[in-house]
Amino acid sequence: MSSPPRRAAWRKGLAPYLLSSPAGLWLLLLFIVPLLIMLSITLKTCSPASGQCVMTWNWGELPHVVNLYRTQFVTSLIFAAVATIIDLVISFPIAYWIAFYGGRRKNFFLIMLLVPFFVSFIIRTLVWEFILSNNGVVLTFLKGNHLLPSGFHVLGTGFAVVAGLAYNYLPFTALPLYVALERIDRRVLNAAYDLYANRRVAFMRVILPLTVPGIFAAFLLTFIPAFGDYVNQEILGGTANTMIGTVIQNLFLIDSDYAGGASLSAVLLVISLLGIWLYAKLLGSRTIEEYL
Amino acid sequence: MDEGRYARRIQYEMTDGQVNTVNHSDGPTGDAGTDGAKVNVRLEHVTKTFDDVPAVDDLNLKINEGEFFSLLGPSGCGKTTTLRMIGGFEEPTSGRIMLGGRDVTYMAPYHRDVNTVFQSYALFPHLDVFENIAFGLRRRKVDKAEVRRRVGAILEVVDLPDFERRRVNQLSGGQQQRIALARALVNEPKLLLLDEPMSALDAKLRHQMQIELKSIQSRVGITFLYVTHDQEEAMTMSDRLVVMRQGRIEGIGSPKDVYDNPSTEFVATFLGASNLLTGEVARRDGSVTTIDLTNGSTLSVPTSRLPDQLTSTTVKVGVRPEKISIVAANATVGPNQNSLRGRVRVSTFTGVGNQYLVEMASGADITVYAQNIGEELAPRSGDEVLLSWPVEHTFAVRPMESGLSGEESES
Repeated sequence: MSSPPRRAAWRKGLAPYLLSSPAGLWLLLLFIVPLLIMLSITLKTCSPASGQCVMTWNWGELPHVVNLYRTQFVTSLIFAAVATIIDLVISFPIAYWIAFYGGRRKNFFLIMLLVPFFVSFIIRTLVWEFILSNNGVVLTFLKGNHLLPSGFHVLGTGFAVVAGLAYNYLPFTALPLYVALERIDRRVLNAAYDLYANRRVAFMRVILPLTVPGIFAAFLLTFIPAFGDYVNQEILGGTANTMIGTVIQNLFLIDSDYAGGASLSAVLLVISLLGIWLYAKLLGSRTIEEYL
Repeated sequence: MDEGRYARRIQYEMTDGQVNTVNHSDGPTGDAGTDGAKVNVRLEHVTKTFDDVPAVDDLNLKINEGEFFSLLGPSGCGKTTTLRMIGGFEEPTSGRIMLGGRDVTYMAPYHRDVNTVFQSYALFPHLDVFENIAFGLRRRKVDKAEVRRRVGAILEVVDLPDFERRRVNQLSGGQQQRIALARALVNEPKLLLLDEPMSALDAKLRHQMQIELKSIQSRVGITFLYVTHDQEEAMTMSDRLVVMRQGRIEGIGSPKDVYDNPSTEFVATFLGASNLLTGEVARRDGSVTTIDLTNGSTLSVPTSRLPDQLTSTTVKVGVRPEKISIVAANATVGPNQNSLRGRVRVSTFTGVGNQYLVEMASGADITVYAQNIGEELAPRSGDEVLLSWPVEHTFAVRPMESGLSGEESES
């Protein structure tokens, strides 16, 4: 019995929900539901033989896996942290140079930075394996010139894994840094020079503080995926220095220990969320959206 | 900023902290400007070209100590480039810039005793009001108690006490402007540069700030160099001003001098409005020169107000719209008055007065402003009228070369 104007108003109120429903359904079905399923598995007991899981409200699996794979957690933490720091150190000058001195060719330089990453993740990592292998160009050359002992190898070491991680996640560091540096108002920099700051002081007192949100965003965007990464460790790390991502993959696909794998994933998720929470706490949630 | 811009400034950086020892001038010149005042800023043959296009063309200028001086001109006239060269953000292609008797032509901005209020304010977004203002003092290693005292004092001057801990993005445009002014003034520079600081404010606030800025300037006694394209703003505040066009000075003097006695056709039209009529110099009778207009009328101009170097006898005779009285066509005109006849084409009431467009027999329009002093019989459209004004308010300028309208874009 609603009159036409009321019906129109009702439709108008509904419009935002209708418009966002495809994306909402997508998120619900393909993200929220699987996430809830995974979280529920952490509390189930599964039979490795049949793959059947029964809800037993077993909260014990979470501390159990953390305890059992503590070494892998620590290894992942160190590898991801070192790779992220290497990326920050490499990216900052590049991003700074493009943002401040790229001139009209800024986009060209950015594309040059990204071109290697148009190649598939796996292929890129395999190429790293090829480069770092015992018969690869680098080691053959160095050993041939007696710069390294003949028994020296890189593949299968933590160094190779960190190098692979740093290489693969470089754009995730460089781009947020670039965005942060690019948006610094050059007039503010002129104001610093005007107020007796030389170039070094202007960098330390103006550019760097204004880049902090970008540095933090770059850190999160690099550290979180690197922390859970298993491809680099699988291809470049051999059997040594197992990372937590490899453990999760093995638990799911080889050992069929779904509860264990799900529990480890849940712990990883919590650690990542802690990082984002810390960012929002320190720098405000608004700035996250600007960089992610 | 260009990389390598500071290459030539290395010599200054070597003596970091004792800039005063670097002195390329011939010592204190002690030269006197107008009225015997001390010269604070001196530009000598300063030229700046961008890709071979001159933005500033052989500029010579003296600014006295304690003066409120304005650079006025349309966009692209070179006023901002001039300011940036004095501030140290651009280097002249040639010429010298002297500040307080010292050559600062190639000195880095952070070594100059000059501060700037930027057009966009350029406050530091990551610092609060206190730290913004203290930025320059901290760089100069002023001790903490002194920083606190001076920031507090300058906030009183700009009338924003208790704003110390505000974040700059919480401030209104007018407040940001005062903070930008405080941030520059707190350093007590020899010279304060202001780059169109009012352009982002609305008209009412702008009027208020003009008066306030002028009063702050006379209180602190610092030389202000103000850049603007707004002629009213420049006239309201300046002790002296220059009108610039295409990188050159077109007119210089006190606002009254430049307004009442414009030196070129450009100044006559850019600074306020002018009625300009083309004519030929006919004869000189002592202090008065007679000019025959192309429309057949004759006007008298004080000989002293003819352009200095006349290359031809063709001149443009001018009179300001507010100097003209508009009376009925049958009225008589007193001695020492110029007069013209015409018919009112448009009459507009503006509140403070009436604006008339009066059409001459030749078809040219003359603009007249009459103040609203309660006269009962204002002329209406179609009325035949007589326009008259004192000979002493008549001026003559050389006609501007054609192609003048091509203004370069602002760099």
